[in-house]
Amino acid sequence: MNLRRQFVEKPWIWSFAATIIVWITTVLFTGGASSFGLSQAALTFAAFSVIVGIGQMFVITLGPGNIDLSVPATMTLSGTLALKLMDVQDGMILVGLLASIAIGLIIGIGNYILIKLLRIPPIIATLSMSFIVQSVAIWSNRGLRIKPPETLAEFATSGLFGIPNVALVALVLSGLAWLMLEKSIYGRWISAIGQSTFAARMAGIPVDGTRLVTYMLCAVLASVCGYLLASFSGGAALNMGSEYLLMSIAVVVIGGTAVAGGNSNIPGIWGASLFMFLVVSMLNTYGFGAGFRLILTGLIIIAVILLAGGRQSLR
Amino acid sequence: MKISSGTIRLIIPAASLALLLAAVFYMQPRAMSYTGLNLLFNLAVPIALATIAQMLIMSVNDLDLSMGTFVSFCACVAATVLQTSPVLGVLIFIGAILAYAAIGVVIHMRELPSIVVTLGMSFVWGGLAVLILPSPGGTAPTWARWVMTAKPPLVPMAIVASIVIAAVTHYIVMRSSFGVLMRGVGGNNRSVERAGWSVLGLRAATYALAGFFAILSGIALVGLTTSADANIALRYTLLSIAGVILGGGEFVGGKVSPIGAVIGALTLTLAGSFLSFMRISPDWQIGAQGAILIVVLALRLALNRLEKREKSQ
Repeated sequence: MNLRRQFVEKPWIWSFAATIIVWITTVLFTGGASSFGLSQAALTFAAFSVIVGIGQMFVITLGPGNIDLSVPATMTLSGTLALKLMDVQDGMILVGLLASIAIGLIIGIGNYILIKLLRIPPIIATLSMSFIVQSVAIWSNRGLRIKPPETLAEFATSGLFGIPNVALVALVLSGLAWLMLEKSIYGRWISAIGQSTFAARMAGIPVDGTRLVTYMLCAVLASVCGYLLASFSGGAALNMGSEYLLMSIAVVVIGGTAVAGGNSNIPGIWGASLFMFLVVSMLNTYGFGAGFRLILTGLIIIAVILLAGGRQSLR
Repeated sequence: MKISSGTIRLIIPAASLALLLAAVFYMQPRAMSYTGLNLLFNLAVPIALATIAQMLIMSVNDLDLSMGTFVSFCACVAATVLQTSPVLGVLIFIGAILAYAAIGVVIHMRELPSIVVTLGMSFVWGGLAVLILPSPGGTAPTWARWVMTAKPPLVPMAIVASIVIAAVTHYIVMRSSFGVLMRGVGGNNRSVERAGWSVLGLRAATYALAGFFAILSGIALVGLTTSADANIALRYTLLSIAGVILGGGEFVGGKVSPIGAVIGALTLTLAGSFLSFMRISPDWQIGAQGAILIVVLALRLALNRLEKREKSQ
């Protein structure tokens, strides 16, 4: 077996290595007192980044220029409308989930209609779409902050055997995504399209259908994440998705997915999501101010990319 | 008469700007005056400068996601250090330009995706801005204030500034040999390299120039608003990208148009005023802005098709 070669070639190893280093430095600083709480918080918040990150990863795999900027707006709209629909009733939890999935499907289709019919570059298409979605969210969110149904809020904030439920959900979703990416024809297709759209089309791959499904998938994952995040934080807020725009792109790229498309990996997203959260909390425990914290976060991201990118060019 | 493809590229953005302007004048005839025009386009100057900066980066096939935070950072420096000790302020700006050149070098040497590196830099600029100006405030340098509020005869400052920006950058990007090489890197960097040019040097110079225009954008913004805060220009990242695309630029291939970019920035600014004249409820303002973006791009597609059909005939 070429186990060793496989180990060296897995780009996600690096994001996990970085995560473990940051975790240890943080825990050491607090004298080990915070290790459990820190891990729990990291898993919870990483879970949200993982869910949106997976969707973004599928889109980025489609090749250069493919990126979904409507993720934050989709999260906000889905969280807002789902909570409004459920209206604190436990019986409506499933209906709310279905509604948020439907919202994701509609936004995904809308995105692709703009990209395909109007030939708008995906960045601009999803950006214009996100403006419209954001407006709908503002319009529907006016006034009261609606609480999530109690059972749902309970589910989103508690855990099983010490692992937060949201992390378990994210784990199941990543498992499914891994199956789709590695074992299904769909996964082969999106990688083929990312490597060369022209060649993929010549090989008879339904390029348009595959891209449509990918944008829908990304929007659905974003809306499910919005649903969970709104339930977790006890209500939807209009800016709840904003930090996930950069986050969703950052975790994908730090996780070792090729930005040029055609090569993606899911474990890396977990490593990167945990890493991104832990870096911020590490800098917090060391008592840095907001300014220094931001600067160091940026420098660390660039350092990780430099290390990871250097490996690729050596090969 | 033969029209170059570059001119055709410009017709669509110019036509959409004219259409939008006509609509604004129709709804609010009082805007058709010196003061009216100045008010309509005032905020367009910093956006146009940021759009030019983004366009330079896009001409070498990269994308700068830190534009908004960088312009905010520059605005903060302009409102604080540049005001109190101009020498230090200028030194900071020179350092920022060198940092931009260094980003270009790093991206080129390690073949890194520009999106990610600039994403990382956006945190750095944001952090620096917070350090320099923890809470909103500061004062604009008097000269920046004077330039931005100057009242030239006949044509308002905002229009004069836009024309100057368009003319200068048109010369740099479309006429000078540096501009040709820069677009060459975007079109086919291997052939530029084979011809004996240093792509590394060209990319570094392009980034430095982009940094320079972004700094001008920050100063212009402070000149208008008189004070700054660390988040003052965050939306410039997306606005600048949209402006370049609206102006007929492309993400890859070095196909950019400085005049188009300035027109794109003016269109985006005007779209905001148009919506407030329409008395659209604030809830839908952002959404309508998205819709305008879509309509303009659809218009461009329709005209492109028309042009192709004419060519094939």
